[in-house]
Amino acid sequence: MIELLPAIGVATLLAAAAGLLLGFAASRLVPREDALVDRINALLPQTQCGQCRYPGCRPYAEAIARGVADTNQCPPGGEETARSLAELLGREPKAVDPLYGAADKPRAIAWIDEEICIGCTLCIEACPVDAIAGAPKFMHTIIANECTGCELCLPPCPVDCIEMRAVTDTGVSRRPRSRLAA
Amino acid sequence: MATPAARGLALPGFKMLAATPPMRTAPPPAVAVLPLNQHTGAPAIPCIHVGERVLLGQCVARAAEGVSASVHAPVAGKVTAIEDRPAPHVGGAPTLSIVIDNDGSDECANALIEPGTALQLAPEVLRERIQAAGIVGLGGAVFPTGIKLTRGPRQRIEELLINAAECEPYISCDEAALRERAADLVRGVAVVLHALTAERCTIALEADKTRAIAALQQALAAAADARIGIRIVPPIYPSGAERQLITLLYGREVPADGVPTDIGIVCQNVGTVLAIADLDTNGLPLIERIVTVTGHGVRQPANVVVRLGTRIGDLIEFCGGYTADAARLIMGGSMMGIALPHDDLPVVKATNCLLVASDQDLRPRSPEMPCIRCGECATVCPAGLLPQQLHWAARERDLDGLTRLGLEDCIECGCCDYVCPSQIPLATRFRSAKGMLCERSETRERAERAGHRYDVRAQRLEAAAAAREQRLKEKRRSARRPADADPDPGPDR
Repeated sequence: MIELLPAIGVATLLAAAAGLLLGFAASRLVPREDALVDRINALLPQTQCGQCRYPGCRPYAEAIARGVADTNQCPPGGEETARSLAELLGREPKAVDPLYGAADKPRAIAWIDEEICIGCTLCIEACPVDAIAGAPKFMHTIIANECTGCELCLPPCPVDCIEMRAVTDTGVSRRPRSRLAA
Repeated sequence: MATPAARGLALPGFKMLAATPPMRTAPPPAVAVLPLNQHTGAPAIPCIHVGERVLLGQCVARAAEGVSASVHAPVAGKVTAIEDRPAPHVGGAPTLSIVIDNDGSDECANALIEPGTALQLAPEVLRERIQAAGIVGLGGAVFPTGIKLTRGPRQRIEELLINAAECEPYISCDEAALRERAADLVRGVAVVLHALTAERCTIALEADKTRAIAALQQALAAAADARIGIRIVPPIYPSGAERQLITLLYGREVPADGVPTDIGIVCQNVGTVLAIADLDTNGLPLIERIVTVTGHGVRQPANVVVRLGTRIGDLIEFCGGYTADAARLIMGGSMMGIALPHDDLPVVKATNCLLVASDQDLRPRSPEMPCIRCGECATVCPAGLLPQQLHWAARERDLDGLTRLGLEDCIECGCCDYVCPSQIPLATRFRSAKGMLCERSETRERAERAGHRYDVRAQRLEAAAAAREQRLKEKRRSARRPADADPDPGPDR
């Protein structure tokens, strides 16, 4: 029995040391939650459409970081975003839940029929990225370059003059960077 | 450092098809069609109206801001339309073009510079005139020359490299130009050296162009310009690629994200220097170029001096028309050219060659087989990449992997395609993979901007809400204060 005492003592000491170390790490070396939120947010498409049931991409990122939301709630990001989110968090990758919307739709942006628009500014208030220009009683128009295609401007419009139009071509010529000079 | 051996392929040459007969000059077109994006960069902006009469050499579309080049009238006559017309470029989408009806007078506009005075101009003035003349790299990359020359002086330019290594198996327009206009080239080199304030020039050409070498040596002896030298490179495709040629000649590499000027070298094509020589000779901007019309599908292959805007079909007609077994029309060489859907397209600044391929010219292509990992592609890749690994990454759509493997450095020369025993169209795959990379970076950029706009909006709304709260509070307080201040309630109370 007596010969066991040093072993028990050493084990206790080791456990205490490890415990102290872990305790210190847990209190002092917490990963900044902001940093994680930023990293998650960077993977999101920034459509700000709210299909994930959060008011924007950053709130969704915060919810994921808190462990409240799952990684498969972003239809505009599609499977690729779901996969990279799961990868970042070390979770099992899941397919996008159709409950939130159809994934991987072709990119579309809003278009205002300027003949019908009455200038009510409701869509301007709804746009999460300030991509609609206009003023009360004046015609509104979409800033095509900034529109994320979130569709949030559709429901508030009292005259249904906004429609989504597919972006067929980005207009960038795919020229190789360097070519033969022969 | 030892000069690395040129990597690439010794391809069977078909240059003699068009290179054997003397150079010809095509008649000016009856109607000239001028696409406004004949160069790398932003399309030019029209500066004439429909119905206006323009003179030969008059600027009809001014260079846009940034990288762009002007377009000039190749004939004198009336502008009949400014509209979308099909143009010969990748994708083939119609582009805004200016259409001019030739009145046959060839009445010239004012010269851009007083003929023969280029060397008396200050270098920066000369560079600005070269840019105004709409001169672009005529080797096929069509980068505005004025900008390329102007970039230099901020850095130190030690050397002008004239790229006469025309390695595509069918193209011979530079070779023909060297043979017949070597003296003009030497004069043009002097002008470019003056514009660059550089002191040395190397003309690089391939060992198998013996007649061109002889003509050049003769012209150099006559000019007795000690600044200009000749370097012979092995006739290996694609030694004429700018970066590859520089590595071959100087043993130095151009940084992947840089340009040759970063290491003190400016590289110019033979045709471009001749265009600059012409600007000096007669003050005319870029209105014509040499086009190699070749292949077994055309009756009389030749190098032809053509006005820009000439219909390709008319040019083929000028060369005797199509033979019975003409199969495909390709602009550029057989390795890197683009297939044209039809010949009702104009000759543009980038048209260095029109290859009318017959079945004899085309390699029979059997169906694609799986990669057997033989590694042949890696031994020929002139950019030193691993096409096999790139192929796997492209198949997996592994965009990070593609970037890591250096897809951006692929020059799409097609050497890997050529040697692949499984007939995998590697270069085509890489081109579309570059498209994917491009798309992803666009998407990321868009997301970043949208995220930023969202954050800014959120801040603004928060500030507005806070301001409103503040205002309400103040209002409440001021509504209460008179009551507090007045101890004596009114008689009504």
